[in-house]
Amino acid sequence: MEQLEQQLKRKKHISLQGVSKSFGDHMVLQEIDLEIEKGEFVAIVGKSGCGKSTLLRLIAGLEQVNKGTIIMNGEALTQLNKYARMMFQDGRLLPWKRVIDNIQIALSKEKEVKAIETLYHVGLADRRHDWPRNLSGGQKQRVALARALVHDPELLLLDEPLGALDALTRIDMQELIEALWNDRGFTAILVTHDVEEAVAIADRVLLIEEGRISLDQKINLPRPRRRTQIEFSLYVEEILARIMNRKPYKEHIVKKPIQTVSV
Amino acid sequence: MMPRIKGSSKQLIPWLIPGLILVGWQFLSWLGFIPQRILPAPLEVLQAAITLLSTGELYEHILVSLGRALAGFLIGGSIGFLLGLFNGISKYSELLLDTSIQMLRNIPHLALIPLVILWFGIDETSKIFLVALGVLFPIYINTYHGIRSVDRDLIEMGRAYGLKGKSLFFTVILPGAMSSILVGVRFSLGVMWLTLIVAETISTHVGIGYMAMNAREFMQMDVIVLSIVLYALFGKLSDIIAKYFEGRLLKWNN
Repeated sequence: MEQLEQQLKRKKHISLQGVSKSFGDHMVLQEIDLEIEKGEFVAIVGKSGCGKSTLLRLIAGLEQVNKGTIIMNGEALTQLNKYARMMFQDGRLLPWKRVIDNIQIALSKEKEVKAIETLYHVGLADRRHDWPRNLSGGQKQRVALARALVHDPELLLLDEPLGALDALTRIDMQELIEALWNDRGFTAILVTHDVEEAVAIADRVLLIEEGRISLDQKINLPRPRRRTQIEFSLYVEEILARIMNRKPYKEHIVKKPIQTVSV
Repeated sequence: MMPRIKGSSKQLIPWLIPGLILVGWQFLSWLGFIPQRILPAPLEVLQAAITLLSTGELYEHILVSLGRALAGFLIGGSIGFLLGLFNGISKYSELLLDTSIQMLRNIPHLALIPLVILWFGIDETSKIFLVALGVLFPIYINTYHGIRSVDRDLIEMGRAYGLKGKSLFFTVILPGAMSSILVGVRFSLGVMWLTLIVAETISTHVGIGYMAMNAREFMQMDVIVLSIVLYALFGKLSDIIAKYFEGRLLKWNN
């Protein structure tokens, strides 16, 4: 019995219990309850300013909660989340360090081989001696991704990392992130304003509205997902409609898994 | 876009104007348009330089002046750098010190000459003190400003990746402030020579400034002009050194 309980506990990788966060008088997140399993890919969508990035930063330990607790691997989070690595919207590479040194910023020198290996996985091993300013936007984000993954994080936090990229590069990056997630089995939380991106990549899409989770939608589509699938468009449309119209739905829109239609 | 200029002409073009002025000056002196009493011809200045070099006198003056400049720069520069560092990093240090430093900064340091002479007499200490004082503030301001304006997002990224204390400072904060610090260094090198020139004319028995003042007593126009030329050359030299460091430390930006 105890063992089973332990197992259940372990399966819950991250759990948020009644988490609230405010900046001054402005309430950003209210009473958030959320459980994320190990290896799950969760996307958080919502209008800008809805608090989705703040939620991510709370889980990263970059901000502290005002109320409630965040439990990671069974421990309450009180400071920087050591299991997590964050990838930021603007990449945040250090312009004065070459690509390889950017990846190694918090890594011991002996791990250079590993750094090069990780760079290889994102397809940029041959650019390791370049300065970040000589890379394109997409390449910078690849380096940022490698920098996060080189630490073998259990949890990868992605804060709109593809927001500034052009459409083609974005799809490229989504596929890369999905492939690496498949390979390595980390838990991932992606904050994005692009619903299509969320449906393409995540097991589960959360919608945050006015500081609360107003939708928690499992995406039951086999991978690799094709954007031309009808079910794909249905998911996207339903979630978008939910965001834009704010119809007072009491239940989830897509209640049952959609029947697969042969195309 | 400026057109690309080939290597050798890139080296030569900046010296075109100084060269033309020298040739014109020499020519006008030959023709007698510039009287000897007002301004000696370049060749005479060169002659004076060679004479003074052969006796070893010029060498000593230059060495002493360079020593003063360097000592003052190192002392004032380090103090300014450290103060800028502390005030840039620590809010308490800034609250405690910044107001006082800003008040002192606005006193022209050369106005302190009478006081400095009374404090330290007329020997080396007073000159080094003046140079150090002049150099301190530009370095302080730029270091402080540089550290305060390091991208907060990069610092947060560093923290999120587990950097803290020393490693955060050397990986993110110092490199981020470096371009501003080097602007301060470059500016303070100018202040360094200016201060030294004035300080060396006060009262001394060796140094380029002394050489000029001494030559005035004997109406040696060529030596006076020579010392001015030396200051100009040193100014250019320190600029080259500053540029070299900018090229090395900021090569990611070129």
